[in-house]
Amino acid sequence: MAKKASSSSPSHSGAFVWTRKDIVGLDELSAREIVHILDTAESFKEVSTRSIKKVPALRGKVVALLFFEDSTRTRMSFELAASRLSADTILFSSRGSSVAKGETTLDTARNIEAMGVDVLVIRHKQPGAPHMLARKLRTPVISAGDGPHEHPTQALLDIFTIRQKLGRIEGLKVAIVGDIAHSRVARSNIIGLRKLGAEVTVIGPPTLVPSAIAAMGCRISHNLDDVLGEVDVINMLRIQFERFGSNQFPSLREYSRLYGLNAERVAMCKKNLLVMHPGPINRGVEITSEIADGPNSCILQQVTNGLAIRMAALYLVSQGKE
Amino acid sequence: MNDILITNGRVIDPSSGRDELCDLAIKDGFIAGATRKPARAKEVIDAAGKIVCPGLIDLHVHCREPGHEEEETIATASASAIAGGFSTILAMPNTHPPQDDETTVLYVLHQAARAGGANVLPVGCLTKKREGNELAEMGMMYKAGAVAFSDDGDGVASTSVMQRALQYASMIGAPILQHCQDPDLFTGVMNSGAVAVRLGLGGIAASGEEIMLRRDLELVARTSARYHVMHVSSAGSVELIRAAKRDGLRVTAEATAHHLLLTDAACTSFDPNYKMNPPLRRASDVDALRAGVADGTIDCLASDHAPHSNEEKDLEFAVAPFGIISLECALGLYVKALVETKLMDWPGLIARMTCGPAAVIRRPIGRISPGDIADVTIIDPKKRWTVNVGKFASKSRNCPYDGWRLKGRAVVTIVGGNVRFRL
Repeated sequence: MAKKASSSSPSHSGAFVWTRKDIVGLDELSAREIVHILDTAESFKEVSTRSIKKVPALRGKVVALLFFEDSTRTRMSFELAASRLSADTILFSSRGSSVAKGETTLDTARNIEAMGVDVLVIRHKQPGAPHMLARKLRTPVISAGDGPHEHPTQALLDIFTIRQKLGRIEGLKVAIVGDIAHSRVARSNIIGLRKLGAEVTVIGPPTLVPSAIAAMGCRISHNLDDVLGEVDVINMLRIQFERFGSNQFPSLREYSRLYGLNAERVAMCKKNLLVMHPGPINRGVEITSEIADGPNSCILQQVTNGLAIRMAALYLVSQGKE
Repeated sequence: MNDILITNGRVIDPSSGRDELCDLAIKDGFIAGATRKPARAKEVIDAAGKIVCPGLIDLHVHCREPGHEEEETIATASASAIAGGFSTILAMPNTHPPQDDETTVLYVLHQAARAGGANVLPVGCLTKKREGNELAEMGMMYKAGAVAFSDDGDGVASTSVMQRALQYASMIGAPILQHCQDPDLFTGVMNSGAVAVRLGLGGIAASGEEIMLRRDLELVARTSARYHVMHVSSAGSVELIRAAKRDGLRVTAEATAHHLLLTDAACTSFDPNYKMNPPLRRASDVDALRAGVADGTIDCLASDHAPHSNEEKDLEFAVAPFGIISLECALGLYVKALVETKLMDWPGLIARMTCGPAAVIRRPIGRISPGDIADVTIIDPKKRWTVNVGKFASKSRNCPYDGWRLKGRAVVTIVGGNVRFRL
């Protein structure tokens, strides 16, 4: 059994010491820890602007990427982040789910751990899979998304981008629009933003916005136009097409009409509104091209910042292990 | 001369209202007398400071045999039962093959006799193969020894099948045990609500239980069938049952220890030992269930002992199977939920574990008046002990109570006049 992760706490000198073994969700992290990851990412951001984009921080270490669910950008982002820290990476990717037949997630991870890896990055479709591995393995675990539960590095890069663009988090009004029920991005953002003092409103039809989500400290609205005027940030979630087949919404065009972000709607917002999207975008569905590529959009900066956040995450958990 | 004389115990027999310090004599497998007069016996058991009561009965046990003997057998379930103070358990029919005919019912009885532990009474399937379509041969199974009928694990989805089942079972007189859950609303892995939403896990709403219960009560009101609600989990269900009893319907109900002690907040750990069906619900449901047991709306306590192998439980929460085991610590758990909270006294608690369940299946057990079958449990109500799952007689270890400190434990279990367990 792995040693229980102790929470980090500021030392008496005021300097912050990271002691946490894993980053499996923002739920487990304190506001101080979240800020520490952001600050660490800030220092790594500059690396990407050098002509030789590499630092030796994790030289000789191995980062294993365990992707039990398809992902392109998150996987590439982690791979590149590891490479910029001079770590070696190995990749396990499987579309098969963990079922009673065949190898279990835990066995797969134990096998890879036995090869002698230093950090495990896991993407899994089952909520809690990274938490299970974090509990049972000695190796640090970073979640790259667990089903609809959490996607901590995505939320961290979103918060990082907001802080970069607007200079603060506390007191900001952030709207998250779309399929809240099935979104790990929404959950991690709500948790992280609330911990740092932002106000969060989630917006979508009642079939995609469970009323119990209010217990996470956010407001619920079913009418996008009602909240547009007051928000500083609007995060448009990707709408999954399979939701339409299961009666969670009647049609794409109705969704787009009620919840799509377009020029008309942006005109109702504050001038310096920040438009975000975790990608991949369905152009013309939840967001029009005009807005996705427009002056308020920071969608590509989010991707760039993702690298710095993942470098910070990899770096911190490797340090914590020592 | 008597075979066994249990001396100086507090004899509690809720069926007769007896609650007094006296000796209990057993002869030829039957209760010979409860008296303060000195008597002689081949064996004398000193029960000073202990409670002497009818053998405990658990209406809801999954013995897994036939089909999943790697998880539990009738012998190991029976050994778990007597270690927990239970002299009688009901064996649920969701086995492989399912207990849906005379042969499988006889097989369970045969294995139980070989095991020589607790009485194991078979529950027959309500429908063939538990598929919810055609009625199983209830008449033949009843004659072979089945005491009740159920498709436990699933509720009977079809209203017409349920109606026919109630009509047919009324001829036999055996109760139908229903697992109330509308399959159309069964889309998750834990209680729906704030915790499930936060964890990103699919929810199972209490409405799925209450909708089927409401439908069944409508049907029960139109037949003379005997209907028993298994593992009631929600405050709404408690209220429905309370109202049905007020209306004079022949309805009984059971509650499990986990629904009386745990809430869905426990699922935050993603530990599959908190994954049950019906799921752990809110604190207000726990309170309503406790009140329901205390006021008699809920007639009996049952474990829903559901063994699963470590391989099956060492999985992601959503993938792992439902169910936990608790036979060996159930009594202490009920004490914690109901007696230590001062909601019930010992005679009340014992009623829910003896004459309460006996009345559901209409068997002459769960009572210790002279002439009754000598199923007797001796309880040390003051004994403090720590649950050690590693020492369970069960084959499985899927139990969330490992390490719990409990007060109250069975120290002797007598089945049919034979001491089958001694701590």
